[in-house]
Amino acid sequence: MKIKLPQMYRCYRILGWDFTITPARVVLLLLVAFMGCVALTRLLTGFRYITNLTDETPWGLWISFDVLCGVALAGGGYSTALLVGGFKYQKYGVVARSALLTSLLGYLLVMAGLFLDIGLWPHFWRPFVSWGYTSVLFEVFWCISIYTTILTLEFHEVITERMFKFLHPYVLKALPFLVIIGLIFPMMHQSSLGGLFLIAKSKMFPLWWSPLLPLYFLISSFFVGSAMVCVESDLARRNYAHRIDPHIMLQLTRVGGRIMLVYLALKLIDVTRQGQWGLVFQGSMQSNLYLLEMVGGILVPLFIIFSPLAHRKYGVLVYSWLVVAGVVLNRMNCVFTAMYKSGDYFPSPFEFAVSIGLVSIGCLAYGIIVENFNVLGSRRVTQHHILQKTDLL
Amino acid sequence: MAVLVDLTKCIGCESCSVACKLWNKLPYGKEKSRRQKEKDLNDDNWTVIQEKHVEGENGKAYTRFVKKQCLHCLEPSCASACFSKALRVDPDTHAVVYVPELCVGCRYCMIACPFEIPRYQWDEPLPLVTKCEFCVGRLKDGDAPACVSACPTGALVYGERDALIARAHEIIAANPHYVDYVYGEKELGGTQWLYISDQPFEKLGFKMGLEEIPPSTYTHAYLSKVPFLAAAWGLFLAGMSYYHHRRAKNEKKPPEKKEEGDGRI
Repeated sequence: MKIKLPQMYRCYRILGWDFTITPARVVLLLLVAFMGCVALTRLLTGFRYITNLTDETPWGLWISFDVLCGVALAGGGYSTALLVGGFKYQKYGVVARSALLTSLLGYLLVMAGLFLDIGLWPHFWRPFVSWGYTSVLFEVFWCISIYTTILTLEFHEVITERMFKFLHPYVLKALPFLVIIGLIFPMMHQSSLGGLFLIAKSKMFPLWWSPLLPLYFLISSFFVGSAMVCVESDLARRNYAHRIDPHIMLQLTRVGGRIMLVYLALKLIDVTRQGQWGLVFQGSMQSNLYLLEMVGGILVPLFIIFSPLAHRKYGVLVYSWLVVAGVVLNRMNCVFTAMYKSGDYFPSPFEFAVSIGLVSIGCLAYGIIVENFNVLGSRRVTQHHILQKTDLL
Repeated sequence: MAVLVDLTKCIGCESCSVACKLWNKLPYGKEKSRRQKEKDLNDDNWTVIQEKHVEGENGKAYTRFVKKQCLHCLEPSCASACFSKALRVDPDTHAVVYVPELCVGCRYCMIACPFEIPRYQWDEPLPLVTKCEFCVGRLKDGDAPACVSACPTGALVYGERDALIARAHEIIAANPHYVDYVYGEKELGGTQWLYISDQPFEKLGFKMGLEEIPPSTYTHAYLSKVPFLAAAWGLFLAGMSYYHHRRAKNEKKPPEKKEEGDGRI
C-alpha cells in the first residue's frame, strides 16, 4: 500500500526572516519541548525524580557529556581561529565562520547544561563574588563565562551584516583584539577541565590520572576541533549543498593528526614512565575501555589520515567521526570508568532526554542561523530538499 | 584540635550518632530515595557506626565498630576544590565548615574528597552539601564535639593534635595487640581525626596506601603556572598579530604581487 506523506517542507518568511519546517525539525522541536518540561521539573523538584545521581556518582551524564564533551567538541572554534587568526593560514578561512557558530552554540549549550546540573541554581553567580581561587573549577567557571561572551561578540561580525548594520565597522575594528583574547581563554579552560581531576588522584584508575591531564585535555580538544569542523561541514554539505574543497579539509584534519601524534607520544611516554603497561593489558573493564579509547580513537584514525586511505571518498569523514567518538569516550572514561566503584549509576531516561534536547536545540539554532546569516558563504542558504521540491536546483 | 578514636574501646552503642543528631538538629528515620548497601553516611547522618566482622590471624572472628565522619584534613581537598568558598577551614578551630549561602551545588567537593565524606540532599528541591562540621560552635566555646562528649567508654578523646599523636604512639607501644599505625597521622597531609586499632585497618574499611602529600598539591602546582603561561601565550599571539599586520601593510606598497606560496600571507 502506498501512503502519501503529507507535504511537510515549508518555508515561512516572517518579517523578512526565514523559518523552514522539515520533518526532521518537527522531531527536533518535539525533543526540545520534552526537554523543556524535564528541565523545568528538575529546577522545581531537585534531582530526586529526574536523575539517577547518587553520593557515589555525584557527577553524571550532564557533566560528562553536556559539559566535558560539549566544551571539547566546541574546540573547533578556537583551533580554527588559531590557524586562521593566529598563524594566518587563510585557506582555512572558509570554515572559520561555521566553526565559530558551532563553538558559540556549543558553549551556550554547555552553560545551559551546567545550569541544570547545579543544585542551587539561584546561587549560580556566587563564584563571581566569592572567589574560591584555589579551585580549578573557579578558573573553568570564569574562563567559560568570559569566552562565551567573547564568542558572542565575535559572532557579531556576522550578525551586524544583517542587523544593527551601523555597528559593523566597530565590530571589525575590535575583531583582532577579540580573536587574541578568544584564543587565550579557551586554551586555559580546555586544559583546566583536565585539571579538575588532578585533585581526585587517589580515587581514579591510574591510567586516566597523570600530572599531564591538563595538557592531554588541551591537546585532545585541539585535534578534535578540526575533526568536528569536518563532521559539521559534511552535515552542512548534505543539507545545504555547501561544498568545501576536500583537499583543504584533508590538510586541516592532517594538522589535527600531527597534533594527535604528539598526544600519542606523550601518552606512551607517560604510561612507560609510570610503569602502567601491566594495567593496560590486565583485561579488566577499565583497561579494555582504555584500549578501546586509544586504539579506536587514536591509532586507527592516525593510520587512516596518514595513509592513502585518507584520499578515499569517506576517508577524512571516518577519521573525523572516530576522533570525535574517541574524545567523547575519553571524557566519559575520566568521569565514570576511572572512578567506577559499584557501577550503580546509569543515566535515567530523563537525563538522556535533557542531553538529547540540548543537542536538538543546537541543531535547530544552527539551521535557523545559517539560513538567515552569511555563515556558509552566501547570504542565505536554503535546504537542499526544498530546492529540489521547488525545482530550483 | 583533634580527636583520637581507639577502635578497641568502641562498643557500638551509637551514643555519638544520637548526640550528633541532637546537636545538629538532624531528622530521624526519613525515607531516602537513594538506597545504600550498608549503613552509611547520608545527608541526615553526619556520623555513623559501621559494624565490621574481621577474621583474626588466629582464625577467631572479631567484631569491631568503626565510627565514620569527616576526618577534617589539615589540607582539605574539598575546601581547596570549592570554587565559591562555601567549604572552608575555620581559622580558630581548623574545623572544615560549610557556608550554605555560598554553595552553588556543583558537587566538585564530593569528587575531590578522597574519603568520600560529603553527601548531598538528593531529595530536596534546593539541595545542600552536608557533612560533619566538627561541632564548630562547641569547639569555639571550649567544649568537645557532641559525639566525643557523649561517648561513654572513652573511645573518643578530644585534645591537641600533637599531644594526641604522642598519646596514640604511647598506647601502641604499651600494648602489643595494637597495630603499629596511627591512621590519619600522615594520610594526605594529616587529618584531625586519628584512629588506632587492634585489627588491620584495611579490613575495617579504611583506605590504605594514600600519599603523604595533600591532593591539593597537584592543583596548586598546575594553577600556579597558569597565569604565566596565559600571559606568555597572549603576548605571543599579540606579537604574531602585529607581525602579520605590519607584513600586510608593507606588502601593499610594491605594486607587483608576489605569488602565494604555501597559503600563508
